Amino acid sequence: MHAIGLSFVDWLIIAIYFGFVIGLGFYLKKFTTSEEDFFLAGRKNSSWVAGIAFLSANLGALEIMGMTGNTFKYGMYVAHFYWIGAIPAMLFLGIYMMPFYYSSKIKSVPGYLKLRFDEKTRVLNGIAFAIMTLLVSGINLYAMALVLHTFLGWPWHISMWAAAVTVAAYVTLSGLMSAIFTEIIQFFLIWFGLFLVSILGIVEIGSVKEIFARIPPSFNTLWSTSGNPAQNGMVITWGGIVLGLGFVLSFGYWTTDFLVVQRAFSAKDLRSARMTPILASFFKMALPFIVILAGLIALVLSRDPKSGFHLLSDNGHINYDSALPLLIARYYPKGLIGLGVTALLAGFMAGQAGNISAFNTVWTYDIYKSIINKKASDIHLLWMGRVATIVGIIISLGTAYWAMSFPSIMDYMQAIFSWVNAPLFATMLLGMFVVWITPNGAFWGLITGMFSSFFLYLADKFNWIDKSIITLSHSSSDMAVNFWRAWWAWLICFFVTIIISLFTKKKPKEELVGLVKGLTKENVDKDISFFKKPEFYAILSLIVLIALNIYFW
Amino acid sequence: MKPIWYFVGLILSLMGTIIFLTGLYNLYYPESTQKVLSGMHPDVWWGALMAIIGLVYIFYNRNKKIF
Repeated sequence: MHAIGLSFVDWLIIAIYFGFVIGLGFYLKKFTTSEEDFFLAGRKNSSWVAGIAFLSANLGALEIMGMTGNTFKYGMYVAHFYWIGAIPAMLFLGIYMMPFYYSSKIKSVPGYLKLRFDEKTRVLNGIAFAIMTLLVSGINLYAMALVLHTFLGWPWHISMWAAAVTVAAYVTLSGLMSAIFTEIIQFFLIWFGLFLVSILGIVEIGSVKEIFARIPPSFNTLWSTSGNPAQNGMVITWGGIVLGLGFVLSFGYWTTDFLVVQRAFSAKDLRSARMTPILASFFKMALPFIVILAGLIALVLSRDPKSGFHLLSDNGHINYDSALPLLIARYYPKGLIGLGVTALLAGFMAGQAGNISAFNTVWTYDIYKSIINKKASDIHLLWMGRVATIVGIIISLGTAYWAMSFPSIMDYMQAIFSWVNAPLFATMLLGMFVVWITPNGAFWGLITGMFSSFFLYLADKFNWIDKSIITLSHSSSDMAVNFWRAWWAWLICFFVTIIISLFTKKKPKEELVGLVKGLTKENVDKDISFFKKPEFYAILSLIVLIALNIYFW
Repeated sequence: MKPIWYFVGLILSLMGTIIFLTGLYNLYYPESTQKVLSGMHPDVWWGALMAIIGLVYIFYNRNKKIF
């Protein structure tokens, strides 16, 4: 395609964004004087700040462009990622898990594993998480350069280095605080930069009702066609959606991935920390009005020959990710194009900053202080956090160049996520709610779960096992296999942890006070009125979730 | 330290004003290649909306300080 041309005004808007985030880094540096300021933003944030950052850490440009493209490919079923595939897990984190996380004053999720189980489980998860974040960060950088090269004609190296240096500058200056500030700015830029695409698309087609009328029935419902995989765009049954996405993948990501949970740790008190994912759940439910709607608009336009709209094609394969940039190019005049591109850039950079700020914390506390320098002072750890940021960015750049010469690495991303997060959720669930789970049970269960997830990925990729055995269905999509693979990895980790725990030494109960349900005083938010309690807002969120699912049933 | 909402206001009002002014310019000197629905002039009203919301954020947070 011809690159989208940028005018002087568009460049000016992009330059303002870059100047603004670096300026913010310098401004916030004055207030970053201790390691707690750098790694946990001083634990002073309100639930609104932490909540929007919690959501935005997950709201990278890869996610937005990818999900818009997936909607084009699979239809309304992609909304499950935003509703049943996110909200129950976010509410569960806020209501049941956050009291254990926040009250134990840990700095990271692996830190909880150390207190609940032992050092080896913490280090295992710390190393797996550090590798995952650096890979994701590098691939994010590569994907950004790919998008900018394809749609704007920008040179690869300049795109990658400019973004990497900017992120390195502001995260090194003030750590999590500047990452959170830029994530909130990114949140507003994404809404203002991309929601207009949906509005203009609705105007062009006529109405939302008209959009739904012009797409095939298998693409415009949420649940009514889930009884038979052949009748829905994602080729999946309701069982795969509920068990794989709604339970394992969703709970595995939203309740244990330190990238998002770290934002809740930055809250000023326990109530704010509990409110963080609950407030974020309302914004999460609203995102389909950008992402899903844009994908459906692209689908309707591409089915109408008179519209002149069609997705890009690479060597005969449809490039689904091109849906959103092509809609921006279709509707936006100069000035707004700059805003749309800045929204995508902000999404990429905030995603990278989120990964790097999570990496520097896990590296510093769960690997460096835990194994290499156990007596490190606070000042030394602050210095190490800054060094880890720069080294992390350099490794990410290396990963980005690796991905450039080996593009199929992108295919392995899904495997990496279910490799780390799906089994970890089983470990966390058992650890927080079952007193007699032992350190050895958790460690070996986690290892078995991680390997089984990776084995199932390879078995599917190289046809060692028939897909129907994994998905319990004769027809299935790649997405269905992903969901079911996560379920099996979780189940294996769950049972191995229980069986080994039955035969290995338990931790004394007095060491588990405050970490496990049943041994912890349940007086959370007892003295505040019902309408201020996180539980009240969680019920509201649940009602909205149920209403949305019934409306689009 | 100024709250984050103050900075959100700054960037929205700055970008919104630029987009709004560019939209006004495009009204009088239209681009040679017209985009779909260009007659709606989304840059004018969307830029104005951004600028106004940004100014509201600045106004309400101009004297606030957090820790």
